[in-house]
Amino acid sequence: MLTFILKRMLLLVPVSLAVSIVIFMIVHLVPGDPIDHIVQIGSSPEQRAELIARYGLDKPILVQYVTWLGNVLSGDLGTAIILRQPVSALIVQNMPHSLTLGGLALLFSTVVGISTGALAAVFRDTWIDRGVMTAILFGSTLPSFWLGLLMILLFAVQLEWFPVSGARTWGSLVLPVLTIGIGGTALVGRVTRAAMLDVVRKDFVLMLHAKGLSPWAIQMHHILRHALLPVVTILSLRIGWILGGAVTIEFVFARPGLGSLLINSLSQRDYPVVQGCLLMLAIAVMLGTLLGDVVQAIMDPRVRERIA
Amino acid sequence: MTLLSIRDLSVCIGRLRPLDGISFNLDKGEILGVVGESGSGKSLTATSIMGLLPLIGGKVLKGSMYFDGIDLTTLDEASYRRLRGRRIALISQNPMTSLDPIVRIGAQIDQMASLHLGLSPQKARARSIELMEQMRIPQAATVYGQYPHQLSGGMKQRIVVAMALAADPDLIIADEPTTALDVTIQAQIVQILIDLVRERGLALMLITHDMGVVAQACDRVVVLYAGRVAESNSVEGIFAEPRHPYTRALIRCIPRGGQARGSLVGIPGVVPRVLDYPRGCRFNPRCDLAQPICYTETPPVHADGSAAVACHFSEVRAHV
Repeated sequence: MLTFILKRMLLLVPVSLAVSIVIFMIVHLVPGDPIDHIVQIGSSPEQRAELIARYGLDKPILVQYVTWLGNVLSGDLGTAIILRQPVSALIVQNMPHSLTLGGLALLFSTVVGISTGALAAVFRDTWIDRGVMTAILFGSTLPSFWLGLLMILLFAVQLEWFPVSGARTWGSLVLPVLTIGIGGTALVGRVTRAAMLDVVRKDFVLMLHAKGLSPWAIQMHHILRHALLPVVTILSLRIGWILGGAVTIEFVFARPGLGSLLINSLSQRDYPVVQGCLLMLAIAVMLGTLLGDVVQAIMDPRVRERIA
Repeated sequence: MTLLSIRDLSVCIGRLRPLDGISFNLDKGEILGVVGESGSGKSLTATSIMGLLPLIGGKVLKGSMYFDGIDLTTLDEASYRRLRGRRIALISQNPMTSLDPIVRIGAQIDQMASLHLGLSPQKARARSIELMEQMRIPQAATVYGQYPHQLSGGMKQRIVVAMALAADPDLIIADEPTTALDVTIQAQIVQILIDLVRERGLALMLITHDMGVVAQACDRVVVLYAGRVAESNSVEGIFAEPRHPYTRALIRCIPRGGQARGSLVGIPGVVPRVLDYPRGCRFNPRCDLAQPICYTETPPVHADGSAAVACHFSEVRAHV
């Protein structure tokens, strides 16, 4: 198991390298540059050229990339051009907000998704199943930014149950967590239900009935355990999606976090910050996938075997 | 002493009626062979006795099933669950798929003893390992901690047999227990089953389509065809004097040593599907004795002691 985790982590090295190239290139291919935002109106072309040289933006792009990569490897993400702070400090400031939001949203999707999916599967073809599946259909088709705005209108503006925006109280987390979590809940619920109905048809389930086990014990101890294997895969992919999705939702709810930082820096072409944020998101996605693989190996002995 | 008595059992799944008036008895200490081609209703008979018809959307239409004096057709689900695994155990067709792939072997056997006999985990474990050793599983204690995919098919079927025995049942239903195994392993598993019946005085209902296995293991035989009993008799009676043309055809299909090359025979045609059972005798499309009456009248069951046959011409012996 430990060798498996080490092997999987080694694999992350070339992937990270590829990701860093893509991030760097995309950011620099976007038209415009940060100098436009800091140069004073009426400055001469000479002053502008001096600023460009100061930030090393006059060098060939390959040289810029290698310099940046070297700094990143030694732990230096650079200094924000507009915000004039170390990028790592900005990320450290904003990361906890994003992790809380994303973590809670993922937890919500997992718990509510698995329970509703299991409920629908156990009571398949009854009104419970149909009710759950209809709700899931709604949850999976509503765009999250739009759902977020609707929830602000209803729960914050009309009913005044929760704050409209910000991150001062725990109450301000409720609406954004629901907004991000509902789409994931629908997905997890649907996968759980489908997987359970698939497992029910397997031969060994008939054998479990023949052993005299109660249907409840069979559903919970055997069928659900099998059904969770694909759910783990979905959830691990979801980690990246939730962090990515949080980017717009943080903006809708005016919350601090990596998403807000990213969007603001992007509009100002603050290259070092954008690169740093994207790199963090990419690493989160990779770690999420790794976590999914590890959990799956813990749950399924056949996966462990294939690895060893 | 009769342990299991099935009388005129008919089963329906939706509007289909795949079992139609099945009757047979099974005594303690006896091995009953239930034979027939695929689609003749053998497995469905097992499912009916286990009370698992609702799982496949079926139900008992009429007839009775008595197990040790208990009427299975009117038994409530909670009482049935105490019977399943505890007194009637099932050995399924495919050992490759009948064990839960992500649960350790030991835990799957332990489950039976702790569920039905209320044994503590330590006692259940000791009992499981002892059963595995009785099944001649080498290094039982190691296998106890392994997963199904780490074992061969023959080993897995031994585990399934050990599991069936774990709660000390009175009746074992083995649904084609050797079909999915290599020929050499088949003989071993059949021998294990025969030994169990002889040593423990169990009753065994052995579902098979292999007349060779029937001759080797069984005391009595029920031949099913298209959801009806074609013939039932002692194993000696069946082989010495088969009275139904289908039984005779099945026996002709057994390959024998010393037979001329190319003389291996099959039964022309296939078992009709439940949707298009023919009128009259259901074997009529494949029967070489068929007369006009076979196409219109369902043959009545001629019972003669413990032997029975359902053929209009069962008394015609010239064709044996």
